[in-house]
This record gives sequence, structure tokens and C-alpha cells, in this order.
Amino acid sequence: MLRCNDYVFAISPEEAYELNQKRNNVIIGGNGWLKMGKRQWNTAIDISGLGLDNIEENSEKFDIGAMVSLRDIELHKGLNSYTKGAVKESLRHIVGTQFRNTVTVGGSIYGRFGFSDVLSMFIVMDSYVKLHKGGIVPLHEFAKMPYDNDLLLGITVKKTPLKIAYSSFRNQSTDFPVLTCAVAIGEDKITTAIGARPSKADIRTDSIDVLKDIENYARKTARSFNYESNMRASGEYREHIAEVLIKRTIEKTEVHYGN
Amino acid sequence: MEIKLWINGKKITDNVEPDMPMLEFLRDKGCYSVKRGCETSGCGLCTVWLDGKPILSCTVPLMRANGRHITTLEGLQEEAAEFGAFLADEGAEQCGFCNPGFIMNVLAMARELDAPSEEDIKEYLSGNLCRCTGYMGQLRAVKKYIEHKKGARSDD
Repeated sequence: MLRCNDYVFAISPEEAYELNQKRNNVIIGGNGWLKMGKRQWNTAIDISGLGLDNIEENSEKFDIGAMVSLRDIELHKGLNSYTKGAVKESLRHIVGTQFRNTVTVGGSIYGRFGFSDVLSMFIVMDSYVKLHKGGIVPLHEFAKMPYDNDLLLGITVKKTPLKIAYSSFRNQSTDFPVLTCAVAIGEDKITTAIGARPSKADIRTDSIDVLKDIENYARKTARSFNYESNMRASGEYREHIAEVLIKRTIEKTEVHYGN
Repeated sequence: MEIKLWINGKKITDNVEPDMPMLEFLRDKGCYSVKRGCETSGCGLCTVWLDGKPILSCTVPLMRANGRHITTLEGLQEEAAEFGAFLADEGAEQCGFCNPGFIMNVLAMARELDAPSEEDIKEYLSGNLCRCTGYMGQLRAVKKYIEHKKGARSDD
């Protein structure tokens, strides 16, 4: 349960940023993960009044505010048209409709959670985070950055021509994933993300020449990641699933976009 | 902290602790349909609508509802009774503890989706857990209710 001594609606990004510099203060996204903790916070910083709850689309990119709910992304026609439904596929298995109406993309991306379908999906696209102080950072770099006290304002996805697909494997529907896989194939390179290993999503990028032998690419790429065991699956099992998911996800791009 | 909000159309002003969960507040205000079935945002029993959208009242901080409208099952008695009759006809439930959250989400779905398929229904309602049943009775009831509503709309 969220426990705090004070609750402040920030009236500007600067105010939210300043409040967030104190170690005992925290920014609330959707409160999905934060509420699971036992920590007593001093000030909970609510950024829902900063106008960060819109998705803006133009011919070059999508600008997604940090407070946009996962459900709004799942239903966004532009994002699903660009990804041929991969974005919806990455989100629709997460808990339930009410949960996805509640939690935010900013919370998911800032958290860089191991189990994150959201990070796994966005990291293969031409995506950037917008930080209040840190400026614009490619998402794959942000994923590796240490946690700090900056304020995540939103995510930009450029409409780079890519064939994108997403798959996840769950022991049970709506549970955390055992493994996630996203693939983006561009003009000359392929990027594959594997997440929930159970550590957070990471990517491998290769020349598209590897697609001449998809089975070999899937095997080699799956083996290039590290896997660990937890209550959901063993590391060995995850590696095996990764190979299958990579192959199937590449096949999905072919089905959805054509060769 | 002072909070002003609407519960089922009634304006309420109160002083609350800054970290009071929305669920506890609603129960304090007499909305006993709102239940806590888990501690992990996973069961859907606490489902209410915030400005018309189904959300988890165990998760959304109460303060975030400041100036907004919350709807609980208490505010939808007529519709709840209408759908409840379909549940009863199918013998869909046993203990009934998950019923209010489930009904809130079914009524939200009926507003949001036009002619949902079985797959759409299962996906929309996947965040509502029931420990007594295998969901088959509920699914029959939801399908019949959706058909009934469609028929009622075409009669208008």
C-alpha cells in the first residue's frame, strides 16, 4: 500500500523535479508497482496535472506522455497501425482492463522492470525517453542507465519504417510473463529484444542477412542472452523458449507485413 | 488533506489522510459493494469507474480522484439488477464475493464495446477473478445480456 506523509500535485515539471530530489519523496505513475512496497514515503508527487496524458501523432513520430495509461496505448489506432497490432499484443495480456486503465507508460518505462512487456516492446522501435534534466535519450540507453532522480516526461517513437512483431510466453494468462520477445526488421538490420529473463529487456542488432537462415539466427541470438531461474521457470527453460519465440516473432512480421 | 469529489453523482467534501486508499474511502462512505480480494491489483473485486472508466480502487490513490466522478455498484442499481438476473438464470455464481467488481466491468464493457466476440469478452473481463467457478456460467450470462442489450437497442 502506498504510504506517505504528504501528497502534492505538482504544478510544473520543475516543481516535480525539485521535490523528487529528496530521497524520501517519490513520483507516482499509476501506483501499480509502488503500492506493492512497504516503504513510508515523505511526499508522494502526483504529476497527473502536467498534461502528460496525451498521445500526439504526426507524420514523423508519436509523442506519448508519461501519464498515458497502458489501455490508451493499447487502443491507439496510429500506434497499432504502425506496428500492425504488435503494441496491442504486447499490452493485452497484462492483468486486466481495469489495471491497464490504471497504470501508466511512464511508470512502466521508468521502472525498467524485468517483467516489463512495455519495455520489451518499445525498446526495439526507434524510441526515446524525454527526461526533464537529462533531455532526450534513446530508450535502449535509458534501459541501462542507473536509477536517478530525474523526471520522465514522455516517450517518443519515430515512424522509422520497420516490420514489428511481439510475442510473450506466460504460464498462465494475465500472469507476469516467463519470457518476452519483440522483433523489428528495418531496411538493413534486425533488432530483437528478449525480456523477463527474468532480468529486464535487452537487445541484439544484426544485419538482415541473418534472415537467410532464421533457425540459426534464432538459436544464436537466444544463446547470446543470459537467463536465470525463478518461481516461474528455470533459466534453461527460458533459453529454449527464447529460441522458439524469436523464430515465431520473425514469422509474425512476415505474416503481418509480407516479405 | 481536503478532497472534493462525486460518488454516484453526490458531491462529497472531506478531510482525509494523504495516503488513504480509494477503496477504504468508498467503504467508509457506505459503498460496501467495493471489496478487497487481493493485495496485488490482480483480482478486480475493487473495480469502480473513475470518470466512466473501470479502474482498480485499491490502486488509484484517492487524492487523484479530487474533482472527479466515481461510480460504484450502488450508483448503478437498475443496470446491476438487470444483468444480475442473467447471472442468476445461468446459476453463474456461488459465494458472490467477486460479483460487484465483475458487474462493474461487464457494464463498462457493454458501454465500450460494440457487439463483442467471445474472445473480446474474455479479454475485457480477464482481470476479474472468481475462485468458486469455472467462468462458464458467467460467460453464458454475459453473452445473453449482450444479445439482450443489442435487441433492446434495435427495438428503439
